[in-house]
Amino acid sequence: MLPFLIKRLGFAALTLFCVLTLVFLIVRILPGDPALVILGDQASPASIAALHKRLGLDQPVLVQYGQFLLQAVQGNLGNSMVTGRPVSEEILAVLPYTMELTIAALILGVLLGVPAGVWAAVKRNRLPDYVLRFISLLGLSLPAFVAAIILLMVFAIQLRWFPVISAGTGETIADRLRQMALPTIALALIMMTYITRVTRSAMLEVLSQDFVRTARAKGASPATVVWKHALGNCLIPITTVVGLYLGILIGNSVLTEIVFSRPGLGKLILTALTQRDYTLLQGMIVVYTLMVVVVNLLTDLTYGILDPRVQYK
Amino acid sequence: MNKSPVISVRNLSISFGRTTVVHDLNFDIAPGSTLALVGESGSGKSVTSLAIMGLLPERIGRAKGSIALEGRELLTLSEPSMQKVRGGRVSMIFQEPMTSLNPVQRVGDQLAEVIRIHKGLRGAALKEAVLDMLRKVRIPDPEVRMHQYPHTFSGGMRQRVMIAMALACNPALIIADEPTTALDVTVQAQTLALLKDLQRETQTAVLFITHDMGVVAEVADNVLVMRRGREIESGTVHEVFSAPKDAYTRSLIEAAPSLVGKFAETRTPPQPVQGVPVSYAGDAPVLEVNDLTVRFPVRSGFFGRLTGMVHAVEHASFAIGKGETLGLVGESGSGKSTIGKAIINLAPIDSGEVRVSGQRVDYGDPQSLARMRRDVQMIFQDPFGSLDTRQTIGSAIMEPMLVHGLAKRAEAFEKMQWLMERVGLDPARATSLPHEFSGGQRQRICIARALAMSPKLIIADEAVSALDVAIKGQIIDLMIDLQKEFDVSYLFISHDMAAVERICDRVAVMYFGEIVEIGKTEDVIGHPGHDYTRRLLSAIPITHPDQRGKRPLPSVDLTKPRSPIKPLEYRAPPPSWSMASEGHFIRSAS
Repeated sequence: MLPFLIKRLGFAALTLFCVLTLVFLIVRILPGDPALVILGDQASPASIAALHKRLGLDQPVLVQYGQFLLQAVQGNLGNSMVTGRPVSEEILAVLPYTMELTIAALILGVLLGVPAGVWAAVKRNRLPDYVLRFISLLGLSLPAFVAAIILLMVFAIQLRWFPVISAGTGETIADRLRQMALPTIALALIMMTYITRVTRSAMLEVLSQDFVRTARAKGASPATVVWKHALGNCLIPITTVVGLYLGILIGNSVLTEIVFSRPGLGKLILTALTQRDYTLLQGMIVVYTLMVVVVNLLTDLTYGILDPRVQYK
Repeated sequence: MNKSPVISVRNLSISFGRTTVVHDLNFDIAPGSTLALVGESGSGKSVTSLAIMGLLPERIGRAKGSIALEGRELLTLSEPSMQKVRGGRVSMIFQEPMTSLNPVQRVGDQLAEVIRIHKGLRGAALKEAVLDMLRKVRIPDPEVRMHQYPHTFSGGMRQRVMIAMALACNPALIIADEPTTALDVTVQAQTLALLKDLQRETQTAVLFITHDMGVVAEVADNVLVMRRGREIESGTVHEVFSAPKDAYTRSLIEAAPSLVGKFAETRTPPQPVQGVPVSYAGDAPVLEVNDLTVRFPVRSGFFGRLTGMVHAVEHASFAIGKGETLGLVGESGSGKSTIGKAIINLAPIDSGEVRVSGQRVDYGDPQSLARMRRDVQMIFQDPFGSLDTRQTIGSAIMEPMLVHGLAKRAEAFEKMQWLMERVGLDPARATSLPHEFSGGQRQRICIARALAMSPKLIIADEAVSALDVAIKGQIIDLMIDLQKEFDVSYLFISHDMAAVERICDRVAVMYFGEIVEIGKTEDVIGHPGHDYTRRLLSAIPITHPDQRGKRPLPSVDLTKPRSPIKPLEYRAPPPSWSMASEGHFIRSAS
């Protein structure tokens, strides 16, 4: 167990190092001078040079790289080129909103997707299966923001059940939930389609296995056979998809947050991009990577809880 | 019959869609008696058992006629009432103990489930009932074992758990569907004896489904032989064995292992000998294995420390002459397959050497490996898994020749066609895919593929174990014919003593990684010298019900079970051997 953990943490560190390097290079290859963005087209060469000096952009690239790595290891991702506030502070200020949204979408997606997949498998090649497969195909082919816009038009503008702008600043819990509802549903629907599909195919395989026949031969009720014996053996592929999709979900939240004018990493990254805020951008990509790496590690550790046969080497 | 039957089946027909797979079947089973349903795969015997359980595939499978359990018609019973019957009044033991238990649920919980459903026990009473059943089927340390998962149980132990589940609620009828086919002979004998004991205690009726007439002779009171979904013969076990009416029944009886009466006590007391005895037929050996040792590391604990080694093969030495067949027998886990794998570089060799045609195989040298792979070919147990499902069989047979550059495409094609004819397949079918062939035909394809390289040695790892009795005989005959024609040597790895007796010139018996006895087949089987060989031989089922009780039952090893896992500092005592007759060597108990 311990060698496995050490190995995985080593891999995680290596991944982060690669991403840090990549991010550093990409940002420097991008066209456009940040000083010009900050000071405007009319800025004098002297003030541009001064700003370059203040931002460290006058140093050789290798020195900039060394500085960047050294600071990143200490958790210091630099100061925003635009606001001047520490990048970590900027990110931490909005991170809870994105986390809240992602986790809520994840839970809703699993709660909808797993039963739907099980139901489709049990009713294989009958009406519920066809309907669910059609819905999940639709969900897969629909971009996240389209679903978000449709939801917004129907439930916020036409029916007025939910607020149009999801500021994430409700007084009571009920209020917050009401604000979160539409963006959560928009993300959860896509999550659900993935989970439905993987659950269905995993269930179909498991349902034809010998131990399911044993459970039926014991006299167990169909519900026990399906939910306890069969689903218990499908949890690994489902967990894999949840883990993989969590990364995509964080990415998808960018567009959803913009559509619903909701604070979060999505809005922040958009701001950073349009303002060419290199340091903020770097910081955000590192944070995204960190989240994906952590999610993957947790997924691997979950396997061991779900299946006693899994051994960590 | 003086007692009213537990189950009475009348005019039972079963169909899948428009195909009828079982026609007009009739039988009764009295309390405490056993009916054996015999037939090859596809004869409809397993489908019959599923119909009794009400477990035919939904919407496709349909049963007509009547199945009455204790006077109650089962075919018209509603699903909720059927659930009370399943596991309660009728229970079932399946063929595959390795896959019939839920891998992610503790063994005790799986056993508890059936007791809770049918007896309504909870809490401490339930736990006590589970422990009681585990003790009844002789699971050691039941208090510990009940909290473990199935993958930590051996095949025999899992089958005992299945038996515990089947017996837990005192059913009126147990359906045992090939319950011992997947088990070693020694484990099979123990499992059958256990089932009989428990049946005697509870007066349960048993429907025993099998294709092995030896097992039938052992356990059945009545026999019903099925072929292509129809009954072709039925009667008491003595009638059927003594005077089989149908030719098919006769062929099944003849196909059963026939070793009883062949073995006697050792003729002369064996004489101690010095050194490791190696012998072979002919002038020069094709394969020599000297002092081969294969060990696998065992790591445990949070830190994954190396805590011991699995001694899979320990100091094994033997040789095979040209055109000779050496059998390697032993129960699963004895290391017999590991030897085969080590020779072709699928298992790491710790020490010792392998020589092919006198040349030492250097496992670090790609050239030496390539030469070995040309000279040594392998046939595996599972004819379904060892062919690529998307590759035509012609291409599968030609591939090794092309890979090793032994022939150009045109020559390879010609040789492939010729080989297919040699193994009894129509060369016109070379463009077919593996799924279009039966298990026996696929094994023929694998043999043709192995022969394509004109190898000196073919390692057949349980090559006939997965086949039906009749097919098994054909494949063995084919292997014997091809050996004469091509003068190839075989290393025949098997747990099937009847097959070994038919094909092998010499036999080596393996027990916990060590060769304990080696010699000519008739010597080893006729005059076994080692305790383990005797146990192995006496576990083979009898061939006629009259022989019941006449052979010593294999004693369950009462001494502490041996473990192949040894601590790091373990040093084996040097082996001592004695010679019983020319070329027949026995390892002394250490």
